[in-house]
Amino acid sequence: MVNIAVCVKQVPDTAVERTLKPGAGTLDRETPDGLINELDEYAIEEGLKIAEAHGGEVTIVSMGPGKAAESIRKALSMGADKAVHVCDEALAGSDALVTSLVLAAALEQAGFDLVILGSESTDARTGVLAAMLAERLGVPQLTLAAKVDISGSEVTVRRVTDDGYQVVTGTLPAVVSVVEKINEPRYPSFKGIMAAKKKPVQVLTLADLGVDAGAAGLAGSWTAVSDFAARPPRAAGTVVKDEGDGGSTVAAFLAERKFI
Amino acid sequence: MAEVLVLAEHTGGGEVKKVTAELLTAARRLGSPSVVWTGPGAEAAAGRLAEFGAGRVYVADSADFGDYPVAPAAELLARLVAAKSPAAVLIAGTTEGKEIAGRLAVKTSSGVLTDAINITAGAGGAPAAEQPNFGGAITVHSRVTKGTPIIAVRPNAVSAEPAPGAAQLVPVEFAASAAAKAAKVTERAVADKGTRPDLTEAQIVVSGGRGTGSADGFKIIEELADSLGAAVGASRAVTDAGWYPHAFQVGQTGKTVSPQLYVAIGISGAIQHRAGMQTSKTIIAINKDPEAPIFEIADLGIVGDLFTVLPQLLDEVGARKG
Repeated sequence: MVNIAVCVKQVPDTAVERTLKPGAGTLDRETPDGLINELDEYAIEEGLKIAEAHGGEVTIVSMGPGKAAESIRKALSMGADKAVHVCDEALAGSDALVTSLVLAAALEQAGFDLVILGSESTDARTGVLAAMLAERLGVPQLTLAAKVDISGSEVTVRRVTDDGYQVVTGTLPAVVSVVEKINEPRYPSFKGIMAAKKKPVQVLTLADLGVDAGAAGLAGSWTAVSDFAARPPRAAGTVVKDEGDGGSTVAAFLAERKFI
Repeated sequence: MAEVLVLAEHTGGGEVKKVTAELLTAARRLGSPSVVWTGPGAEAAAGRLAEFGAGRVYVADSADFGDYPVAPAAELLARLVAAKSPAAVLIAGTTEGKEIAGRLAVKTSSGVLTDAINITAGAGGAPAAEQPNFGGAITVHSRVTKGTPIIAVRPNAVSAEPAPGAAQLVPVEFAASAAAKAAKVTERAVADKGTRPDLTEAQIVVSGGRGTGSADGFKIIEELADSLGAAVGASRAVTDAGWYPHAFQVGQTGKTVSPQLYVAIGISGAIQHRAGMQTSKTIIAINKDPEAPIFEIADLGIVGDLFTVLPQLLDEVGARKG
């Protein structure tokens, strides 16, 4: 039996233009459509596969506004058993350090043998959350996994590094983050979608987790945005059709810019 | 001047990665840089570190850094932060560097900023970091408001400028705690990039996409990269298909690169790919489809078949090199 908690973040669709809110420079989470962060879908799939192979429950743990309920419901329709939704107005504008504090509190309250999450989100792309959770929870950090094997209480992952890979081993409980090479996430079945409607979602506030509201959100964050601006669009370049001289055109361009 | 800690990226054999010189350059804007060196090789590297203004080099020559990922380095840095009260800690914004930064932030109760492409001294000398958001569509200036600022800096973004330093080696006793040894490396492998530069540090990156058609078709990408002294990159379609290793994937869920020149071949340029390369200084795109979004951000675009354009290009590059 391995009880698994999968952390899921709802993010704006990467296929549409994303913006920051004027003022505090926090993400505009209302305007664009929300989706499950892509890498988290791989985390859900891996959690489901491990639970199928070893027994155990999969609990979705998510922090986000009320709207994040859509993503939680989708995760449940993929096959997760239940969910914890940390939803509190005081969370708006939280940075990674606050997010890790709140999620660690939620995970400790829910209980887990294995925490799985995507290795980064498509919105903030900090890539720090799994490491922060391992540090806060005091459990082995088995991150950037392209493969996860569990044998008894031992977890072994194939960790994708900047220049290759490592095989890294630790014992449960542990935090695992996954890259997209790990599996192929399933689509929710009609049966799964129907079943998800009846699955329990526990909605918790910061007070329920014993986290002081002043330690969360913009006010509680350890970082702040001073200002932001849309990057000036790149000046339009030259696009030409290859008329038998395409390679020469590129070579001349490279020579002119002193690349060759 | 306040000390600024810089975590060195190195090969272990004393070879300093280019990003370390970039971190030292950024650190000098905030105070006097001291390097933190994990594992062996510091003596061989001292000369190079001195060239970029390192005052001191704290050397923790322990095997723990190689045997256990991330946690020991964060532990060492946390001790040095407590002992030296630095003005900031700068770390390379590699996947592992960001994880070290994250753990250090928790340990020292300090704010962390990732993916900085520039650092300047802001109000009161505190660091201000420039970060590209949403794949470079928005530029944000951020600051740390509590604790010791910890900043992960994207490789290849700050240009390294030499300045003399003493690079005085200061040995530091270090053995990782049991907690930092909870995850152990039992095997490691380095993807074969031959003699090519590191993807994230290269001046030129030549990337191939779905248009290459197969692992065999992808070989012409390597050929062009070698003729230009470039690193090889690949789109997600290519690594998903298994034509090229994941370690070379550029884009949203892969590496972010910022070279002087990015050559995108047979890559349509979906927003997820552009997120990993659109801060490149110059972009060339070669694609059969005139509607490919990559052309919107290309300085030069060739609409054509890569298998006719590239052989001609290779010939001409060869001829010009004599």
